[in-house]
Amino acid sequence: MNAITVNRLTRRFGEFVAVDDLTFDVREGEIFGFLGANGAGKSTTIRMLCGLLKPTSGAATVGGVDVGRDPEGVKRRIGYMSQRFSLYERLTVDQNIRFFGGLYGLDRARLADRRRFAIEIAGLEGREQMRTSDLAGGWRQRLALGCAILHEPRLVFLDEPTGGVDPVSRRQFWRLIDQLSASGVTVLVTTHYLDEAEHCHRIGIMHAGRLAALGSIDELKGIFRHRPIVEVQATNPVEAMRQLDQMPEIEKTSVFGTAVHAVLRPDRPLAPAALDDRLRRAGVPVTAIGPVQPSLEDVFFEVVEAAGSQHGRPAEAASGARP
Amino acid sequence: MRKSFAVARKEFRQIVRDRRTLMILLFVPTFFLLLFGYALNWDIRHVHLAVDDRDRTPESRSIVSAFVNSGYFDLVASIDEGQISAAMNGTDVRAVIVISSGLGRDLRVGRLVPVQVIINGDNANAATAVMGYSLTILQNESAKYQGRLAMAAVPLLSVEPRIWYNPELRSALFLVPGLIAYIAMLTAVISTALSIVREKERGTMEQVRMAPLDAASFVAGKTIPYFLISLVSSMVIVVVAMALFGLPMRGSWLLLLVAVSLFLVGALALGLLVSSIADTQQVAFQLAALVSFLPTLMLSGFIFPISSMPALLRAVTYVVPAKYFLIALRAIVLKGAGLSVYWTDLVALAIFAAATLALASARLKRQWV
Ligand SMILES: Nc1ncnc2c1ncn2[C@@H]1O[C@H](COP(=O)(O)OP(=O)(O)OP(=O)(O)O)[C@@H](O)[C@H]1O
Ligand SMILES: [Mg+2]
Repeated sequence: MNAITVNRLTRRFGEFVAVDDLTFDVREGEIFGFLGANGAGKSTTIRMLCGLLKPTSGAATVGGVDVGRDPEGVKRRIGYMSQRFSLYERLTVDQNIRFFGGLYGLDRARLADRRRFAIEIAGLEGREQMRTSDLAGGWRQRLALGCAILHEPRLVFLDEPTGGVDPVSRRQFWRLIDQLSASGVTVLVTTHYLDEAEHCHRIGIMHAGRLAALGSIDELKGIFRHRPIVEVQATNPVEAMRQLDQMPEIEKTSVFGTAVHAVLRPDRPLAPAALDDRLRRAGVPVTAIGPVQPSLEDVFFEVVEAAGSQHGRPAEAASGARP
Repeated sequence: MRKSFAVARKEFRQIVRDRRTLMILLFVPTFFLLLFGYALNWDIRHVHLAVDDRDRTPESRSIVSAFVNSGYFDLVASIDEGQISAAMNGTDVRAVIVISSGLGRDLRVGRLVPVQVIINGDNANAATAVMGYSLTILQNESAKYQGRLAMAAVPLLSVEPRIWYNPELRSALFLVPGLIAYIAMLTAVISTALSIVREKERGTMEQVRMAPLDAASFVAGKTIPYFLISLVSSMVIVVVAMALFGLPMRGSWLLLLVAVSLFLVGALALGLLVSSIADTQQVAFQLAALVSFLPTLMLSGFIFPISSMPALLRAVTYVVPAKYFLIALRAIVLKGAGLSVYWTDLVALAIFAAATLALASARLKRQWV
């Protein structure tokens, strides 16, 4: 069963199309990740799915409830952590929890129970009376998550929950997301960190309001199925790249840390050894060369580039990876 | 309802935690009152007096010495008729007694005699006091002759006050209700507007909108604390004005509470309306100050009498709630008048509050989903 179904969802702000004809599903219990550059339309999509923003056209069902027809029904069933979500900074940890518990209408016993839970997942035992403004970023984010799921929703929307948080706190936060998912909660999350996307069961890549690709990480990597990637370590990567770009067998190159990734054309196989040979002959000393598996970063740039050049038409992986 | 309560409790806690806001809400109004109140000159002893005695009899001299002996007046000049204007135009003389010739003779035969007291009205408060003193002094003088003639209790000396420069005698007491309106309006509108726009700005608003809570409960929860605090601070102003400035409280406290409440609800609604328009605290502050401060100060009859405004401005005053509030407040506090005198003003306040509230909630509701 699908937790979320989205059908041709569109949102305009005046002339500007922020979300353009989006169609996808999210399965129950899944961690679904949204990737995309700034302004791609991720937050706008989430806000429509949460019933906070009316779609211009199209439809979406969240937890079996039509978003356009019954936004209040949707709100009752989901938890949402907005991109800008900050708790009430003047209030203490405890007062924040009680406030949101009150808004969700939890009774005394349930509130006590959920309060314990929220403090536990935030790791704030013994600091209940601290002002929220005195908490470090990681604790604040986890407390915010706790407050957003006090009412135990089966569906959770997290809009860039780990923005501006240190790596250790990010890992802790993702452990919480994994736990939620393990308990059967559906999670839709946006992020700018590609390493975080590895936690997601499926990923949607948004570009300029459109869904440019969708699938599991393996499915997405499938766009490089017939196009091997060779990683080249050279003392002069810039010159190496210039040489590679001139070779007819090479479709494109990109910088990858200190290395260069070269994507080979599907119809023109070329062994790494031959490539090495050719670079040496061109006067570019190579320190290491060999085939590599495509990373999510390779996929992301490939998809976004393709979407950009085709003016937003979904890349082949999107349709190819559809279940 | 329980959810409104949750919002109200949170708001209270935020206010209490933020000492500065609480101080501003509770004590700045009183501070303003003291500032404005004392800025007006309250010292009304040693009023410099000139006398134009055209009678020059023992009776007339007795009246003059009664004035001097009262301790309130210092006789600075004895003048004649042609010098009155010059004396009053100067900065020294604040009041002139004019005793017409024939006063002694008339008094002796028991005929009623007017005594003219010319008072400089530019300091309205002092003028009122001077008038009161004159009346008392002349009544005492009058009593002497009544006793002697064994006549009925009809005073023989009557005061003919002539107040120059400010004939309406808009005294400080008259200004205090205006101050109450002004201060209450300003704090109520600004604090409500800021409290909502702050949530918009910080992003907590979006989080609250996610909860199963309708716009009305949120707005109710948000405004109840400010209503109660503004009510307390308005009442504090009234009490302070009574204690320090001799503001009388002639009417019913209950009706005062009703009038203040209606006025405050309108002010809070105006704050809500501002919050539905502004997206940043800065804009909210400016807008709130503009819609509360200017009309309440200029168009309510607080400083400038409405009757002397040009027709266009006079028309505008009909949508200034402070105008109605001032009428009701002056009637209750200064005159102790009954409801029949100002019930229309209370109705006007209620209409303003209801209309603004409806408009503001419609706007906020539209932004809610
Ligand atoms: N209320 C609005 N009015 C006008 N334009 C808007 C509004 N909200 C969003 N936009 C525009 O829509 C586009 C998509 O915004 P959105 O916030 O959905 O992007 P995003 O993918 O979440 O970006 P980010 O990674 O920066 O959070 C942006 O260009 C933004 O300026
Ligand atoms: Mg966003």
